[in-house]
Amino acid sequence: MFALLLAASVPLAAQTPTLTIYTYSSFASDWGPGPAIEQAFEAECDCDLQWVALDDGVSILNRLRLEGDNTKADVVLGLDNNLLQAAEDTGLIEPHGLTPAGLTLPGGWSNPYFLPFDYGYFAFIYNTERLATPPASFAELLKRPELTLLYQDPRTSTPGQGLLLWVQKLYGDQAPDVWQNLAKRTVAVTKGWSESYGMFLKGEADLVLSYTTSPAYHIEAEQQHQYRAAAFEEGHYMQVEVAGKIKGSSQPELADRFLRFMTGPGFQRHIPAGNWMYPVIDTELPTGFDELVIPAQALSFTAEEVASQRKQWLRQWLAATTR
Amino acid sequence: MAASVARRHHPLMPLRLWWLPGSLSTGTILLLTAAPITALLVQGSADLSPLLRDTYLRHVIWFSFYQAALSTLLSLGLALPLAQALSRRRFPGRTLLLRLFGLTLVLPVILVVFGLVAVHGRQGWSNRLLEWLGVEPVSYLYGLTGILLAHVFFNMPLAARILLQSIEAIPASQWRLASQLGFNSRQLFRWLVWPAVRAALPGLASLIFMLCFTSFATVMALGGGPKSTTLEVAIYQALRYDFDLPLAGSLALLQLLFCGAFLWLQYRVSKPPAFRGEAQPCCPRHDARWWHTRLTDTLVMTLALSIFLPPLLAIVTAGLNPQLLPALVSARLWSALSQSMVIAIGAGLLSVLLTTGLLLTSRHLKLREGRRRLAGGLEAGGSVILVLPAVVLSTGLFILLRGVADVFALGPLLVILVNALMAMPYGLRTLQQPMEQVVLRYDRLCASLNVRALDRARLVEWPLLRRPLALALALAVMLSLGDLSAIALFGNQHLQTLPWLLYQQLGSYQMTEAAATALVLLTLNLALFLLIEGVLGGKHAHAD
Repeated sequence: MFALLLAASVPLAAQTPTLTIYTYSSFASDWGPGPAIEQAFEAECDCDLQWVALDDGVSILNRLRLEGDNTKADVVLGLDNNLLQAAEDTGLIEPHGLTPAGLTLPGGWSNPYFLPFDYGYFAFIYNTERLATPPASFAELLKRPELTLLYQDPRTSTPGQGLLLWVQKLYGDQAPDVWQNLAKRTVAVTKGWSESYGMFLKGEADLVLSYTTSPAYHIEAEQQHQYRAAAFEEGHYMQVEVAGKIKGSSQPELADRFLRFMTGPGFQRHIPAGNWMYPVIDTELPTGFDELVIPAQALSFTAEEVASQRKQWLRQWLAATTR
Repeated sequence: MAASVARRHHPLMPLRLWWLPGSLSTGTILLLTAAPITALLVQGSADLSPLLRDTYLRHVIWFSFYQAALSTLLSLGLALPLAQALSRRRFPGRTLLLRLFGLTLVLPVILVVFGLVAVHGRQGWSNRLLEWLGVEPVSYLYGLTGILLAHVFFNMPLAARILLQSIEAIPASQWRLASQLGFNSRQLFRWLVWPAVRAALPGLASLIFMLCFTSFATVMALGGGPKSTTLEVAIYQALRYDFDLPLAGSLALLQLLFCGAFLWLQYRVSKPPAFRGEAQPCCPRHDARWWHTRLTDTLVMTLALSIFLPPLLAIVTAGLNPQLLPALVSARLWSALSQSMVIAIGAGLLSVLLTTGLLLTSRHLKLREGRRRLAGGLEAGGSVILVLPAVVLSTGLFILLRGVADVFALGPLLVILVNALMAMPYGLRTLQQPMEQVVLRYDRLCASLNVRALDRARLVEWPLLRRPLALALALAVMLSLGDLSAIALFGNQHLQTLPWLLYQQLGSYQMTEAAATALVLLTLNLALFLLIEGVLGGKHAHAD
């Protein structure tokens, strides 16, 4: 009986290859876009897509570095534009060799190792029922010490790193003073986005670092309109989330196929109301997106700038927040 | 001479093999500790001065010392009046309370953190009480306050129990004399209580300081950011956040130096305090009837119990919530439960095996060959983990194995090994004396009755040692069941134990799920402890 089962299962297993994708937990979770995308891709690839959920984008990179050549991943999904150089430097990413058509991403895309799957802008989210007048600029945030906030550790999370770069872009050499100012009213610096957003929803702080698109979730999924992004005059830092293929993957063709699928409608239509970010091709947006703040200016550093300065900026942040 | 010849013919095993179990144990321990340390030394730089110039790391080191000193001061500052109050008062539930006090040593830290969050968090009991009183809710749990609350929770009861033992060791005749002389409370303290507790204090202080200095789970869960980071957590972060191997190596080396220094200091100032043994009630103290001792005792007991009891109650009451049923049947919880069981029981058995192996050889050396120094060295080797925090050991293993194997695939095995080593000092302390007693009392009898090898193990050693063996196993299983440091490093989506799951749920504010996990962890802890002590230890395991 056992042998029969074994005999029956072996060819079955051989017929469905597994594509392992490292991503961050909110992407793969039941309320994220992961399950729907998995279903859509499996319907056409005749394969088994397995998400491996790590804490955050930076955790994906660090896991790759820890595992080195032993990594089980075929594809990594959820690194961002600020980690491109560092990820390439691991030597674990294979050039994708694709030129997807119809990308509507601001500024276009030309990186040979990674392809974008969504983008957005970092912002502080507040609750109108608790905070009547939100700060209208970063400068105003710094001038109002009564405002408490939550953000993420830039060593482990992409939004946290986004804030690091945002402050660096706006204040340059003055960044340590800004961090010290913020440190006084920071309720907690959490490891990942989910932790701080959960704490914010429980009323632990006035503001939480997230995205301009986060309120769309509350409007669409919960019909709640009290959560808004504070629009800052100076502009908002932009994030492009990307995916890449692992060198030495046992499923190179499946990985290619997934990357092609990723910039198509079958994947992209799950992004706005699944990951609550902007899709990278022309896709219909839910009506909740009409209420969102559109940043006056999108700020960014180049991948090389981030790669060369990141470590020093992190040290500055650490030193300033603990002083 | 004749006696020694007779003994030589009838030991537990063939004489030429007496060295085998101890050598196997010591070899395993040395391999598992020396190799990772070497790996760290190679990675890290021996020149620690650039490390000490870094502002952030200086802050981390300073904070590690600062919070440990404060924790020690607060724990002892509360424990001393608490021990006084307990020695003066008899009340219903006193014995149960003292038993609970003994339990904190093996309670999983993350479980207590759950209780603390439920009581002191923004949505917790204390804020609901304030709200009811019309006061704005306050946020104080994340950061130094939370860390101190947890450390006092763990160490105050332990210290109070040990100090109570010292106070109750004061002979009744001295109390009678003091009463006849009409001593007031200051004189009582000066002439009776202080001399009794003074001997225990330095050892107790250094033990608590070291436990708090190397605290990991508490700081991870309640630190609330880089501001409140200890060296132990910084090592973990250097490896898992930044993948900075040289930094992790140097930090681990630093931690090793500090812990070595503490242990040396502890060794110099005192003997380690005894963990077990119920205090013997002495005669009623004449100062118990005074109104001002009544007042202070009530105040002290109220304060101490308001720190100690609510988190424990919260774990249980959160578990009696009807919303919990769906959380209790989640697949993640049950897979974490089964992995926890495998790891804890595996680590427990391995730990007891290593400990008994080591003691078989060391007792032979000490009692039959008279080579005390060698035996002592062997036993000290088993306690080496005291200077080697689990994070340091795991980090070394991680770096060592990274190049040759898939560290995450070996995860469960490595966690078992590290946990087994972590429990060895407790096992040695529990088993050493009983095992030596067997040799001292029954070697001659066994020789004269010609009871040898397996017969001796079955007829003599097992009945005499099953109780301490069960206790050692139960302690090791409980310690492993609560471990967060090894699992934090080696854990991944396929390897998840209950404490790790609880840590993640607490981190993402899933309080209902966390309550379910906490309840399961607590139940498993108590069930395994009672089962091991009751079944393996025999019927009279509790009649101490």
